[in-house]
Amino acid sequence: MTAQTERTGAGKGLSGMDTAALIGCPNCDEVYVARTPPARRRAVCDRCGTVLISSRRNAGIPILALSVAVLVLVLAAAFHPFLSINAAGLGNRVSLLDVATSFRSGVLVLVSVATVMLIVALPALRVALLIYVIAPLEMGLRPARHARLAFRAAQELKPWSMTEVFSIGCAVALVKVSDLARLEFGSAFWMFVALSVIVVISDRFMCSWSIWQAIDAAEGDATASAREPG
Amino acid sequence: MSTAREMGLVTCTACARVWPAGTPECGRCGHRLQSRHAGSLQMVWAFWLTGLLCYIPANIYPMLVTSTLVSTEANTIVGGAVEIARHGEIAIAAIVLIASVIIPVAKFIAIAYLAVSVQRGRVHGAHGKMHLYEIVEFIGRWSMIDVFVVAILSALVQLSVVASIHPGSAALTFALSVIFTMLSARSFDTRLIWDAHVPHGQTAAPLPPSPGTE
Ligand SMILES: [Zn+2]
Repeated sequence: MTAQTERTGAGKGLSGMDTAALIGCPNCDEVYVARTPPARRRAVCDRCGTVLISSRRNAGIPILALSVAVLVLVLAAAFHPFLSINAAGLGNRVSLLDVATSFRSGVLVLVSVATVMLIVALPALRVALLIYVIAPLEMGLRPARHARLAFRAAQELKPWSMTEVFSIGCAVALVKVSDLARLEFGSAFWMFVALSVIVVISDRFMCSWSIWQAIDAAEGDATASAREPG
Repeated sequence: MSTAREMGLVTCTACARVWPAGTPECGRCGHRLQSRHAGSLQMVWAFWLTGLLCYIPANIYPMLVTSTLVSTEANTIVGGAVEIARHGEIAIAAIVLIASVIIPVAKFIAIAYLAVSVQRGRVHGAHGKMHLYEIVEFIGRWSMIDVFVVAILSALVQLSVVASIHPGSAALTFALSVIFTMLSARSFDTRLIWDAHVPHGQTAAPLPPSPGTE
């Protein structure tokens, strides 16, 4: 675990120092001079081990492609059946939209609302925000309007998008009613498996520090210095 | 060592940019800047307690109500797992038990342990506690499995009188419990662990300097 960042001396005069050149560890508050690590290396906090910069050159294009794939898969999966059931000549197949509208009784509606939020709405929103932020940067354009707010929101949404948890839930559901009826996975289930894998790969590519730097760079130095408070 | 606070700076927890102390919000990402999150521990405990209060009924009331031609059966979380195990699906039963019982209980204990050790003002083994926090953050969402199973089955198993499945009230309280414990963990400012960190061989921790005025 070699830190590729340089520890700043506490004694250094701060008055003239440009804080834009520094990076702080969000987990332990240690401050370093930000330096992009060499290829295949990550800058790790010396004190607590948090990965600070994991920049990969041209990671924008893969993230963009994977995000588009996730968005398409999430939306398609919402309309296709993810499980079908057969018992005593009766059958039923459900898509996530059916889950959203299935509970009509009282407060339990909240369970179906929460399920659809965590599995479809928030994951779709998150990748849409990432596309909105990264696409203009990759095309060499100025950042989209409110790109900063959009990227921060995308980061906040990360723990709340639970597509992979849902895939395991489908498998458990299949077993749980195996004595009651025969269940089969529908096309949407496989879309969820695929997109869960893509989300994991995409998150490995993503380095938030590099994206923030790219947003700053794209907005131009003039605007960047105008944003400096005080 | 030189933390942002010792250098008269403040780190943005959202984007890692560093600013002079007293800057109200991050000029890069717009996040509110706080050298240490004021009231972090109060938030942690408030969400923790709410989560715990939701977790108790979640284990008492039924999670799933199964109606067939011959019977109606209501299963609690643990009852449901036992039922699966009785069908010989030990692996799946284990997944449900781990996700719905072991992870939530371990999470309550872990968050309380971290909060208490920070409140005592001296933390030994900060690295271990940081890892513990990362594990808590990572595994919390997996508790949602059982809620999703209930939502899936309630929508799917609607075969007129032959068989139907309805969610029990525990589905709601359990989902709330998971959400509140996730919020509790996210409210925890890990920088407090490192402020109270006592390095090896040092017996008395110097009191951390008071946070910069804002
Ligand atoms: Zn750190």
